[in-house]
Parts: sequence; structure tokens; C-alpha cells
Amino acid sequence: MSSAFDYAPAPESRSVVDLAPSYGLFIDGEFTEGTGGGLRKTVSPATEEVLAEYTQGTAEDVDRAVQAARRAFEKWSALPGAERAKFLFRIARIIQERSRELAVLETLDNGKPIREARDADLPLVAAHFFYYAGWADKLGHAGFGPDPRPLGVAGQVIPWNFPLLMLAWKVAPALACGNTVVLKPAETTPLSALFFADICRQAGLPKGVVNIVTGDGSTGASLVAHPGIDKVAFTGSTEVGKAIARTVAGTDKKLTLELGGKAANIVFDDAPIDQAVEGIVNGIFFNQGHVCCAGSRLLVQESIQDELLDALKRRMATLRVGDPLDKNTDIGAINSAEQLARITELAAAGEAEGAERWSPSCELPGSGYWFAPTLFTGVTQAHRIAREEVFGPVLSVLTFRTPEEAVAKANNTPYGLSAGIWTEKGSRMLWMANQLRAGVIWSNTFNKFDPASPFGGYKESGFGREGGRHGLEAYLNV
Amino acid sequence: MSDRLSVLKTYKLYVGGKFPRSESGRVYEVTDAKGRWLANAPLASRKDARDAVVAARKAFGGWSGATAYNRGQILYRVAEMLEGRREQFVAEVADAEGHSKAKAAAQVDAAIDRWVWYAGWSDKVAQIAGSSNPVAGPYFNLSAPEPTGVVAVVAPQDSSFLGLVSVLAPVIVTGNTAVVVAAERAPLPALSLAEVLATSDLPGGVVNLLSGRTTELAAPLAAHQDVNALDLTGADAESAKELETAAADNLKRVLRPPVARHRPSDEALRAAPSDAVDWTADPGTDRLLAFLETKTVWHPMGV
Amino acid sequence: MPTTVPAYGKEAAGRLASMADVTASDGALRRFLHGLPGVDAVGLQARAATLGTRSIKTTAKAYAIDLAISMIDLTTLEGADTPGKVRALCAKGVHPDPTDRTAPKVAAICVYPDMVGVAKEALGDSGIHVASVATAFPAGRAALPVKLADTRDAVAAGADEIDMVIDRGAFLSGRYLEVFEEIKAVKEACARPDGSAAHLKVIFETGELQTYDNVRRVSWLSMLAGADFIKTSTGKVAVNATPPVTLLMLEAVRDFRATTGVQVGVKPAGGIRTTKDAIKYLVMVNETLGEEWLTADWFRFGASSLLNDLLMQRQKLSTGRYSGPDYVTVD
Repeated sequence: MSSAFDYAPAPESRSVVDLAPSYGLFIDGEFTEGTGGGLRKTVSPATEEVLAEYTQGTAEDVDRAVQAARRAFEKWSALPGAERAKFLFRIARIIQERSRELAVLETLDNGKPIREARDADLPLVAAHFFYYAGWADKLGHAGFGPDPRPLGVAGQVIPWNFPLLMLAWKVAPALACGNTVVLKPAETTPLSALFFADICRQAGLPKGVVNIVTGDGSTGASLVAHPGIDKVAFTGSTEVGKAIARTVAGTDKKLTLELGGKAANIVFDDAPIDQAVEGIVNGIFFNQGHVCCAGSRLLVQESIQDELLDALKRRMATLRVGDPLDKNTDIGAINSAEQLARITELAAAGEAEGAERWSPSCELPGSGYWFAPTLFTGVTQAHRIAREEVFGPVLSVLTFRTPEEAVAKANNTPYGLSAGIWTEKGSRMLWMANQLRAGVIWSNTFNKFDPASPFGGYKESGFGREGGRHGLEAYLNV
Repeated sequence: MSDRLSVLKTYKLYVGGKFPRSESGRVYEVTDAKGRWLANAPLASRKDARDAVVAARKAFGGWSGATAYNRGQILYRVAEMLEGRREQFVAEVADAEGHSKAKAAAQVDAAIDRWVWYAGWSDKVAQIAGSSNPVAGPYFNLSAPEPTGVVAVVAPQDSSFLGLVSVLAPVIVTGNTAVVVAAERAPLPALSLAEVLATSDLPGGVVNLLSGRTTELAAPLAAHQDVNALDLTGADAESAKELETAAADNLKRVLRPPVARHRPSDEALRAAPSDAVDWTADPGTDRLLAFLETKTVWHPMGV
Repeated sequence: MPTTVPAYGKEAAGRLASMADVTASDGALRRFLHGLPGVDAVGLQARAATLGTRSIKTTAKAYAIDLAISMIDLTTLEGADTPGKVRALCAKGVHPDPTDRTAPKVAAICVYPDMVGVAKEALGDSGIHVASVATAFPAGRAALPVKLADTRDAVAAGADEIDMVIDRGAFLSGRYLEVFEEIKAVKEACARPDGSAAHLKVIFETGELQTYDNVRRVSWLSMLAGADFIKTSTGKVAVNATPPVTLLMLEAVRDFRATTGVQVGVKPAGGIRTTKDAIKYLVMVNETLGEEWLTADWFRFGASSLLNDLLMQRQKLSTGRYSGPDYVTVD
């Protein structure tokens, strides 16, 4: 960074967020106390400051929530689609109105840069509700028969990387199709879901249609195992996804899973190089790399490796790591001590296995959970950092010589969520897109999301799609 | 009544386009509905199942990469070849299921027509399952279905031919390759179908047919890490649960038995789940869409 | 990476000579320019937009405002220009804010060739350069001898800097070597009898070149021909400087220096009217090129009304209250 033109701190104000000291569970339209699970603390990962206490939901709490959702289902599913649509439109609008507050809240609880919460998460959250609102009265035209029916009560478990956006991906299509939901937000990021409960209140959503039960993994396990739910939707790790698949085996619960990834971002020698560098950076450092579809394996054509790595390092040196609330921060805090430990362990394994580690010089804050943007070169397919999902700001660089080799390496993983292709040659792009076994292919771009665009994985990255017309299927009896 | 002694057929497995005996050397006795001996069918082993998966994986690249038109032509060719051997299949189905000639003929005719129905889907399924997505930005965004990969199919137990065709054709028409466990008590129509497939320009390995004990063969297929999906149509409720649990190890796509999907409360159907299905009814697109992945491609639009 | 020399220094010619093979023929030049990496328009625009979201406040803003003022080529290019108008502009360039002598002076006054003498006299020893447009500005539609005479005339009248326009017609019809040779000839015409030379800015009129690929190609072509600065626009067409085009040109000078060691400046011109806009450009320079380019020697704004907005923002920062147009001078 230039020393002459230092950007002065530009912190977003916290005053727009009014946090209560502690939160109950949102069941049947009101906040209620838990039944003995006690309280947990949620901290700001940037400072380790306790933001609030929230309730550890028990199996009994889950049962209350499922019963509330079941009671609400009859009326909600019988409501004309146009009326359900209007509730969702209301929610979308209220999210837009409160987007600044929600963005700051998300940044506080998650550690992501306010720039991303403001410019990526929140606009997508509102757009998702807006998109699915429009489907609620058009389901007969969606290609699932003239009168597709909702499933019933959906149990939804979401991760901590995009707390409110993942809520939107789950709740919006479920409600549009006429289901009611019990949602379990992640252990480290419960707050935006609890604020969403207030948005449901403002929108006048009938009680019991949306229930929020906070807690740790055991709460989620109680939810997916509950016999009273008809649908399980989970976004999170592949390991937990497999456990959930075992839990629902032999039942009639419909299941969709959006799990891990180890995406290849493939750069050919004819790539638009400056944009490719931006795409690589956006692919792995967006949201601190806490992205299931992150482009964590850079596959670069050997003939341009040096040129590309020089450009990439130069660009990485301009990344601003620090206070997530500062409007100029590019990389915020790692979400939790546990996640930081995992990233640290895998990065150490990368070094131990002989890959060369590089990070730009950057000063990390003294408190909180931080990890500098990191590049590993000399990585091979055999290295752990090339196979395991790091879920952090760590990029592994591998090389290839021919398109066939790029495809073979890119597909050589149990995952199959996303992939990137950088080339100016249209026919090669289309050939590559055809060969790659992944659910989302970004060519000459990366990490783009839209409610109209189906998202989801091949192989161990899960099954089912979220977004678009395809996303309706998960919540209809088809 | 001629006094000529007829020549009996030795029924074999169909793996990788070849007709091997079971590597185990085992056979089991297949009888007709009245208990009369029909043939000794191969009693396939776990290793046969493994070999079938290897063959199916090897065939996947070529078959999924073939043009939809080509796949449609081949499926239509299967119908043509079956038509020519209609009488043989009528006899086998009648024996296997205890049907009258007329009823068996109706089953075979429906099965031939089913190949034609699915053949036509080859170059149309992408048009009903795909979409052009109007994203809020300067991007071309298209979603298209692709085959899931290697699909293990537990064929219906009660409908040894029409049921088999009804679950097999939708799997392969979209580009998947299949390892099929034929109806345990009535595998002969399936093994004869293999002879038709082998002479219909279908590349070897696209369909692999195993006869034997369903539970013995389904378990290794459900657990196999190189199988992408599992069709449990012919599994009973108890084993379906075990198989689905095993399938979770590599997150196979699982198509549950019909009863679990539609009539979970009917105890009678739990015992014989595929009886829930009227195989002569309009098959719809459910099975066609069950073993597809949706791939979404983004590309910027700019000058 | 080769050591850095300024484009206007004596050593630059030798560095460019090392690239002589790519300009040896029309074919060679075409192959070279078409072999440059492509530009993805959407990605370029997205990057420029993201940089535009930087929040520059308090001390950083004060720094940026003064830096922006010091980088302005304060411009009047009207048919109605008179000596009086030019003198007034020069006075403003020396002391932009009559109420606050700490305001920095601008980098240059930019005028038509016939006004160079007036400006030179008015600026005296202020240190502010006189920049003159030349080569049949803004259309550039004249025979080469006329363009060269135009240039020599301005240099003889005392111009420190020449802002030439390229022949867009020749470029768009693929006659790259012709454009290259013309820039070289104008560069030679910038020479003074004493062996020094006016600095040459080469205007692309990017709004007429349309594609980003063209902008990257013309940037390299011009730098190979000896441009000291590359400049977006004349300010006389519908589309002038934009953040993505300027970002692309910043990337071009960065890559050119990495290849040849020759440092070239960048000047966006036309349409930059507000402090907010100017700061976005400085952020782009800062994060693309770094502080080596963050001086008036290597980055300029071609602007007129921008200065008053910068001055009003400057007054706001120093007094805490919003200023108004009556508190800055109108010339």
C-alpha cells in the first residue's frame, strides 16, 4: 500500500443496531424462553466482545416449534398464492428498509466486511424474497404439474458464513410454496435470524409460519430427526450432511443438501489477465474464504504461471485486512476460534507437506480471530490443502499444461459444487463448461449469485438446487 | 407334438457389453409362477457388482458425451429389436409372472412402447428441465441438466419386464450408465433383454444386468463410492432404509421405493412396495428427472 | 524487472529501441497488439465500481483534495477564448482559493496553441506548466505536415506540454503503424533547439474507440511510440473519461513499465466534475499503481469545473461548514 495516501478509518456506525442483552426462541409468533437448555453467548469475532446471549434450544423446544409450524401449516398452505406472495413482498421490502441495520448486525456477528454485507449479502437477501414472492401464485406454471402441493413443515439448518442470505435461500421458497418452517441458525451467528423474526412480526406474518430455534449442533440434530417434519434442508459441511442423510434414510422426509466444495479456478494462457486476477481474489478471499463454492484451487496454465502469480501477489498486497465495520476493509475476521484453528492447522499441513507459503505483509489486530490472505504454490493434487476444504482465505496454486489435464485435475475431487474458467476463446470455454462436473460454472467471472440462478452441487457437494425455478422443487410434493 | 428335444439357453450376466457367467461360478434355480424349473440363472456376487460398476464408469464418458440424437436413435433401435423378438419375450414374461399369453403380450407391447417414449425424450429433456435465467446483471446465465453418472437400479420385483424397462430406460436416455439388479425371482426377461441391448448399437457398459439375491447385490452397490445414484424401486422398506443409509457415505442421489414416496402409511404396500406402481400408466417425467444434475453456467456479456 | 526511467528522459529512447522488433512492420505491430491479453468488459467495470466504493474521509480526504488540485490541467478550449479569459484562468491556477493561500497550485494551464504565449507570460515563474493541445485538435483531421507545424508552433511559443490527438480513423481501420509513426513524428516535433523537449500527452478519444481491447492496444502503441502521458479524451465528444477506461490505462502503464522500465503518466480528461469523482480516480491510481504515480508528474486531471468543487470541499473540511458557489471564483 501507498504510504502517502493512507485511508483514514471509515467505520460504519453501530448505533443503527439495537441489541437486547439476551434472546429467547421465536416460536408460534412470539419470543419465548427455552426449556432448560440455558443461554449461550455470541461474540463479535473481530473483537471477542460478547454481543448478546441467546437460547440453547432443546429437543422439547424443537418439538414446540414443529407443533406450532404444523398448526400454522393448514391455514398457510390454504391461503391463495397471491396472498402468500404479498407477505413475502412485504418481507422483501422491510428487509430493504432495514438493510443498513441488518448489514451492520451481520458484520458484527459474523466478522465479514461491512462492504460485503452491504453490497452483496443484503441486496441478495431482499432480492431472494422478492423473486420467490412472485412464484407463490404461479406454481402451476412452474413445470411441476397444474397444482403442486407443499410438503408441510420444513426443518432448515443453516451455516454461519452468510447467516441472513442462507436464511433467505431457505425460507423464501419454502413459504412461497406454502410450507411452514422451523429454522435453526448457526451456533456462532444467531442474531440476524432473530432480527428476521422481528421482520416477520412487522410484516404481519401469521404466527407459527416461521419459527426460529437457536442452539448448537444438537439442536439441529433434534430438528432433522423430528418425526413431525416433512422436509429437511441443510447447508453446511459435507460431514454433517452425510449424518443428516443417514438420519432421514427410510423416512418420507424430502432432503436437499448444499455442502462443501473444493472448486478449481482454471486460468488459461489467453485469459483476460487483469480480470482473472480479480476473479481469483474474489473467488478465494470473498467473505474470508468462508464460502462453500470458493475457488480454493487455482489451476493455472504452466506457460503463464510466473506472470499470473506476480500479478496475483501484487494484487493481494493491496487487500485491506482489519476492522470489519470499516467501509474500506476487504477481509474481515475469521468467524470463530474453532474455524481459525482449522485453517491454521491446514495451512501448517500445507507447509509441512512442502508447499511454499506466501502472504502479503499485513498487520493483524491483536484481539479477535484473524488469518492473513495466504497463497500456497508448488501444490500438487496429493496435498491436503488441495483436497480438503479449508473454508478460509487460503489459495492453493497448481499448474496444468493442456485443457484435458485441467479438466482431469479439476474433477479429481469428491466435491462438485463450482468451478471457474478464464479464457477469451468461446469454444474452449463451452467445452470446458461441459466437461467440468460441478453445479455452477463461472466463466470469466466468479462468486456471482442471483435468486433466478439455480445453485447447488454434484457428488459430495450435495443435491437439490436453490434459486430459480429449480429451487421450488425442494419444497413441493413432486 | 414334435419329438425334437429343444435347445436350452444358458442365461448369463451382461457386464461391459459381454455375457459372463458369475465370477463366483454360482447359479440359482429360476422357476415359473407354478414352480416349474425354467433355467439356472447366474447368482451374481459382490465382485460381479464391482465389475459392473467399473464397466458402467468406463462407459459413462462416451455415453454421456454422445449427442442426444444418437442416444435417442439407439433407444429407438432397442424398441425395433424387441419388436422382432416379441414372441420370445411374451413367452418369458408369461412364464415369469404367471400371466396369460394375452396379458403378457400387453406387458411386452407396453414395454416396447416405453422404449419409444423415452427414446423421444433424449433431445427434449434439457428443454423442459433447463432454463435461461434472467439474472440482475450483465451475464448470460443458463441452466441445463446433465446425467448424474453411474446409477445402481434395484429393478421392480413384481414386473420383471415392463417394470424393468420402465426404470432402466429413463436412467440411460439422459446419458447415465446403469447397473441393474434384476427381479430376484424372475430375472430371465431381464437377461434376455441384455441380448437385445447388445445388438442395438448400445455401447458396452451403458447397461449392466445382474441376476441374483437383491440384498446381496444391492448392499455393495449402495455402499460403492463410485456409484452416483441409487434407484430403490425394487427394494422392500426394511432394506431400503439400510441401503439409503449406506448411500449417504458418498451422498448418492436416492430414489426411494414408491411406497415411501407416495403412500408411507400403507402397511400392505410396505411389504411389496413396487406393487404400488401401475407400470402400464403414463410414466410422466419423474424418473427421467430423478437422475439429472443441474449445471448453471455464467458468462459476462460485454464488448 | 528493469530499472525505471521516465518516458521523457534521455534513457527512454534506448529502452524503447529494445522493443523495435514489435514495431518493425505493420504486421509485427498488429501481431503484438492483438497478442496483448484481452479485456473482459464486465470484470473491468466491476473492479472500477468496487474501487469507487472506497470511503475517503477526514485526513485522507484532505490529502486527496490537495493532491487532486495539484494534478489539474486547468483547461479552457473554447472558440471564444481570449487573452483576458486565459490570463484569468492562469491567475486562478496560481492561487486557486484567494481566501486561502495554502491551497496548492494546479499542475498546468491547458489552452489552444495560439494562447500559449499569453499563458506563458501570465504564469511567469509560478512553476505551472503550459499545456497546449495540438495536431488539429480535437478531430485530428489534417495532413501530417499541418499537425507537425501546429505542434512546433506551440512548442516555439513556450508550451511545456503538448496534448496531441491520434488519428482514430487510421487506428479503427487497422493502420496501426501509421498511427505509431505519426506519434513518433509529433514527439520529434516536441523537441526544442536546446535539446530539451515538451512532454507529449497522447489523446486516444476512447469514446470513439469503443472497445476496451482497443484502449489497451492503443495504450501500448502510443507508449511504444514515445508517449510521455496517455490521455483518455479531448472533452469534445459524448463519452469522455470513465473510471473503467482510466483503470485500464493505469494497468497498461503498469505493465509497460514492468516490461520496458519506462514510466508513463495517465491523464483522464472530460466529465470529471466533482471531488467525489476525482477521489475515485486517485483511489484507482493508489491501488493500481501505488504512490510512485501519485504526483502531478505522473497523473493529471484534464478539467475545468472540477477545481471549484475541490475548493468548496476543501473549505468545508477546514471550516466545518458547507461552502457555496459564491465563495469560489468564477473565471
